[in-house]
Amino acid sequence: MALALGGRARRLVYGTLVHQNGCLHKLQQTGSDRFQLGEAKAIRLLPRRTNMVQELGMREEFMQPNRELETNYDFLGEMRQRFLRFKRQKYLPEIEKFQALAIAQSPKVMVIGCADSRVCPSYVLGFQPGEAFTIRNVANLVTPVQNGPTETNSALEFAVTTLLVENIIVMGHSNCGGIAALMNHQSHQEQHSSLVERWVMNGKAAKLRTQLASSHLSFDEQCRNCEKESIKDSVMNLITYPWIRDRVKRGEVKIHGCYYNLSDCSLEKWRLSLDKNENGFHITDREIWS
Amino acid sequence: MGNESYEDAIESLKKLLIEKDELKDLAVAKVKKITAELQTVSSSDSKTFDPVERIKEGFVTFKKEKYETNPALYGELAKGQSPKYMVFACSDSRVCPSHILNFHPGDAFMVRNIANMVPPFDKVKYAGVGAAIEYAVLHLKVENIVVIGHSACGGIKGLMSFALDGNNSTDFIEDWVKICLPAKTKVLAESESSKFEDQCGRCEREAVNVSLANLLTYPFVREGVAKGTLALKGGYYDFVNGAFELWGLQYGISPVHSI
Repeated sequence: MALALGGRARRLVYGTLVHQNGCLHKLQQTGSDRFQLGEAKAIRLLPRRTNMVQELGMREEFMQPNRELETNYDFLGEMRQRFLRFKRQKYLPEIEKFQALAIAQSPKVMVIGCADSRVCPSYVLGFQPGEAFTIRNVANLVTPVQNGPTETNSALEFAVTTLLVENIIVMGHSNCGGIAALMNHQSHQEQHSSLVERWVMNGKAAKLRTQLASSHLSFDEQCRNCEKESIKDSVMNLITYPWIRDRVKRGEVKIHGCYYNLSDCSLEKWRLSLDKNENGFHITDREIWS
Repeated sequence: MGNESYEDAIESLKKLLIEKDELKDLAVAKVKKITAELQTVSSSDSKTFDPVERIKEGFVTFKKEKYETNPALYGELAKGQSPKYMVFACSDSRVCPSHILNFHPGDAFMVRNIANMVPPFDKVKYAGVGAAIEYAVLHLKVENIVVIGHSACGGIKGLMSFALDGNNSTDFIEDWVKICLPAKTKVLAESESSKFEDQCGRCEREAVNVSLANLLTYPFVREGVAKGTLALKGGYYDFVNGAFELWGLQYGISPVHSI
């Protein structure tokens, strides 16, 4: 284990030029810290602020308030603490495993989860580094192949055809903001839809089924149902990808769905199985853990 | 599959390397990779890996050690979330920010995709990313968006290897990774003669910068940054050396002068 004794934190300052609205804005990065184990003294570098007063001959009072500096300072400190905790408690105690992982990963599982801060699949399902290739988007939606490219299906392709994962888990959860937006969305407002609404409308079919079956329930209860219906749709959409469908038929890939209820900390899970006639799929092995 | 196939395989490799000495370096790299892959396979895998058992064990441990020991936190989280951070991280199994940056439930709204890329604002294409950013900035009102790249990224390696000339060999991967084509162009221009791995390392960091610049194409992000309510940060997790780099992006429009 190499110790960076007396290592100096390196500062990276680049400028990148971006054309926007006909003007050229210069984006500048400032202040980079390299955290290495062995630095007994944390070297704090304040992000360098270009002295625009001198450069542009402007008066100080026109300058933006120094809020940027404060948040930058706190942020750096907090990230340092977080990373070093990981390094102390996890990385160093299992250094051989991490060094092996640095050369190659071979996760057996791919998880598609929601971006919600409360439902990280690594945290809730206990996956350790190297175990699960994870995709997270709003409302854990998988669109069918005919809808064209999304960031989700490029990751699917990589995991299935290159990493050769053996299991795909679609994990949904209760109190999902995306599903609530879907259930709230009025279709006559189509032209004024926000980006969120446009995206969650991919779950339209689940919404229709939910409304048909449970319009007598409260809005919250309907949302719970829609969350579960949406997982089923995402799972079925996985099968529209030929390279997934073929592998499932050959038994090389198994597909699972699971629903995490964060009010009572329970997990409902089920598996997708091939029909006997090999043409359709159905749900099996349903269990609830609480 | 017993020992005979293994012996045969080793013998064929030895023969090949005697005949073609120049392949030795490549063979060393590949053998190291196989060894590493086999090492990450846990010892309990002597029987077949059962994903259901794995997630059951994981979930039960989570519930016992985290959920039940912290009822106040989880009670609050059940009502809603108010994370301070939005994080873009790679889908790579080795770089979950919940591990490396110790994020707990409720801390960070997290999007994970190949090579942690952020495409430029588009109402139609890659709408999922726009939806996530809009939700985080306008609804959750996060204070920081952090894009975290990492070493040995398969997506960046693909970006550097694919020709990206329109003749795609994949359905979706090439279309996706070419989002960060400006990073590849820059790295190749600056370090044409470097080793491929070094170029990939530089590209991994440059791609984070391209994503940060793309974030500014979202009107609500620009507004937040200009007002000072939102900060954009870049990060790089180097798991080969066990290190982390962090930097920030400054963006502002100076007052107008009449000339």
